[in-house]
Formats: sequence, structure tokens, C-alpha cells
Amino acid sequence: MIPTAGHSPPPFFKRGPAPLARLLFFVSLSFVMLAADLRFHTLEMLRQAIATIIWPIQRVAYVPVDAGMDLSEYFSTLYSLKTENDQLRRRELATANQLLRQGHLEEENRRLRALLDMRERQPAEGRVAEILYAARDPFTRRVIVDKGSSAGVEPGQPVIDELGVLGQITRTYPLTSEVTLLTDKDQAIPVQVQRSGLRAVLAGAGIGALELRFLAANADIQPGDILVTSGLDGVYLPGLPVARIVNIDRDNSFSFARIDCEPLAGVERHGQVLILGRRLTPPLPDERPLEPVTPARGARNRKAP
Amino acid sequence: MQPTQSSRRILLPVNSWFVFGTLLAALFLNMVPLGRFPAMPDWVALVLLFWCIHQPLKVGMGAAFALGVLMDVADASIMGQHALAYVMLAFGASVLSRRILWFPLIQQALHVLPILVGTQVIMLLIRLAVGANFPDPFWLLGGVIGSALWYPLTYLLLLPQYRPVERDENRPI
Repeated sequence: MIPTAGHSPPPFFKRGPAPLARLLFFVSLSFVMLAADLRFHTLEMLRQAIATIIWPIQRVAYVPVDAGMDLSEYFSTLYSLKTENDQLRRRELATANQLLRQGHLEEENRRLRALLDMRERQPAEGRVAEILYAARDPFTRRVIVDKGSSAGVEPGQPVIDELGVLGQITRTYPLTSEVTLLTDKDQAIPVQVQRSGLRAVLAGAGIGALELRFLAANADIQPGDILVTSGLDGVYLPGLPVARIVNIDRDNSFSFARIDCEPLAGVERHGQVLILGRRLTPPLPDERPLEPVTPARGARNRKAP
Repeated sequence: MQPTQSSRRILLPVNSWFVFGTLLAALFLNMVPLGRFPAMPDWVALVLLFWCIHQPLKVGMGAAFALGVLMDVADASIMGQHALAYVMLAFGASVLSRRILWFPLIQQALHVLPILVGTQVIMLLIRLAVGANFPDPFWLLGGVIGSALWYPLTYLLLLPQYRPVERDENRPI
């Protein structure tokens, strides 16, 4: 009988340490890894190395899906392409007015800002990347894009598509990088209501939804309002569209309204995205602690007789 | 007839490279990006469990830990999450391995079901403990689908070990 877990007959054959001992060893090793990754973030080097080794397998695994998408694209009819083309041309014409005047307006804006002695807005620059696939982890909302640290991508850069903000780069590998979508629970973005200028923080709420937090129940906000980035965080450029308000639940028993939003960008779709350059944050004003006001000694301490 | 311990069908010894190859193929299958279909079975867990039950001396907790670390990186999850869950799975399989093969395959699948779902529950607890969202409830269906695949999987993975079935009166076995 070969020793199995739970009971151990006298060992006739050498089989190494007992199963329970091995279990304890590997479980404690896993816990050490969990703690090292979560608390100290010291395993990034190991992760990078393993990711580079398994990158070819991942690339090959992507081939059938890629081929399937190419095939379906090939069979998309001439008619649908033609209508799409027409639509795009019409949209281009509709926005031509703004596009043509953009350069002129930017120049004018720069001059006006100089006149007003305001800090210049940083021009947006970016690089185009393609979403490869959604990460398999069911607990988070992340996608993998095909530009990595070898293309100069750094953690923290914002990612947008043609409709609005998509998310933020949270981890880079040599050839790919991970984008945490706005709908992830841990992702928050400072926004501004376009109509009223009200500032707030938008946080992810899990499956394809967003939540505007900590706004008073009587705040000036209504369904259909567009939220844009406020730029207060120094990460996102101000004015990028983020989300639309879907539903407001003003319950007086809570001090804050419950506001559900939907993202404007195609957060759960695949396609091409733009990774914006890192924004140069203006230096913070030095924080000098206020000198405590000490009452003049003597005058108050003296007790009236 | 599918071979079990009680079916008296004797199998050829397993080829170590075949075990390695199937584990690699399972890793490959896990990496195929099929969108966000939540109830996808975890192929690595399934194949690992199969070999831990059928070859407990070849595949054990060490292999489970290594595969778990690879899955952690491929999945972009926390380092150690899959490793811990797979090690527990390998331990459960080694406890069961002497007993489970005497059952018919349907009952084997019923043994496998709590191990696969338990693996997912361990991962769920780790992630909830560090403050992740509760995932799509259909995600837990992955283990159920995995155990439903036990029958075809057994046929497929034992195929290289089958002997020819022609009878020879002069041969002892």
C-alpha cells in the first residue's frame, strides 16, 4: 500500500515527505507569495520574467480567435461596409466645422490664456494600441493591449477610445500592458458634470456600470447629464467625456444620492484605443503648516482676585 | 467499456511526456481569449486533477504549485491565488486517488465536482478577503461543467494507454 494522505502505514518505500507536510509547505509558500504581492509588491520582477516566457504561448493561443475575427470581417457584406462608409462620411462632414477650426481655436485659446496669465494646457499626445483580449480573471475588469514597456508605455497613463475615457494602464510587460477599465471596482476618476460644473468622484461598480459617489441628495444633477474629466488628479486631461447618468435615486433616508452611470467609451468592446502621454503635473504649492496661534501669556492666566 | 479499477481492463504505463504535454495544452486552452464567457471550465484544474488522481506518484502538489504560478501570471491575478487553490486541489485528489477509481465514471464525476467547486471557492475567498467584487454567479458554474466533462476527458487522456482488445487464448492476460 502506498502511503496516502490522512494515514501513514510504515514506509517500505521512500516517497519523500508526507503529504500533509508537503501540503503545509506549499500552502505556506502560497501565503508568502500572496502577502509579498499584495503588501510589498516585490514579485513584479518574477511576474515580468514569467510573463515574457509564456508570451509566445499566449500569442499562439490568440491566433484562432484572431483568424475567426478576420474571417467574419471577410464575410461582412459589401452593403454593410457601404452603409458604414456613408455614415462615417456624414459624421466627418458634421464634425468638419469643428475639426477645421480646432487649430485656430487652440491658437486663440493659447493667446487668451497668455493674456489672462493662466497656466497653459498641455497638448494631448498619444500612441495607438489595439486591445488583444480581456483578462480571464473574473474578479476584475481588465483588458490587455498590444503596446508594452518596450514601446514606452508606463503605468498610470490614461487610455481613451473615440468616444471617451476607457481606463488607465496599471501594469506593463515588455510587449503588452494591462488596462484597468473604469468599471473595475478599484478604479476611481475625478469628474465634472458638463452642464452644471459640479465636481465629483466616479467609481466603478462592477459589471459594466459606474457609480457617482458622495453627492448630496439635492445636488444639481439629472439623468442624461454627461460627465467629463475634471483634470484635478493630474492624470487625465480635463474635458474628456467619461459617462452618462442613467438613474438617480434620491432617498432621503441616506445623506447621499445613489447615482448610476454608464460609460460612454466602448469599455466592454474590443478595438483600437489611444494611450495618452503622461501628464506633467504642475508642482503643488508648498504646504506650510499654519502656525498655531498662542494666546499671549500672562494676560489670561492671571486669575481675577 | 471505459477502464476503471473494477473493469479489469489493464492499461499500459503512462508516458511522462504525454502528461506534460496535456498539462501544457490545458494551459494553452486557458489562455485562448474567448471574451467574457463566465462559465468556462478551468482546463488546467481539470487536467491537473485527472493526473493527480490517475498518477499520484508523477503529478502532485509541486506540479500544482508551478502551474498555479503560471496561471497567476497568465490571468493577471494576485500571485499565489491559483497556486494555493491548485495545491489544495492536488491534496484533495491525493486523498481520493486510492478510492475514486473503483467507482463507475458517473460517480467519479460526482466526487470530482466538490473538488473543482471547492477550488473556485478558495479563489473566491482569497479575492473577497482582499476586497474584490463578487464575480458573475455563473462563474461558479465552471466547476459543474468541468465535472460534467469528466467522462469524455477520461476517454481522451487514457487513449494512449489502451491495449488492443483482440483476445488471444495463449496469452495469460
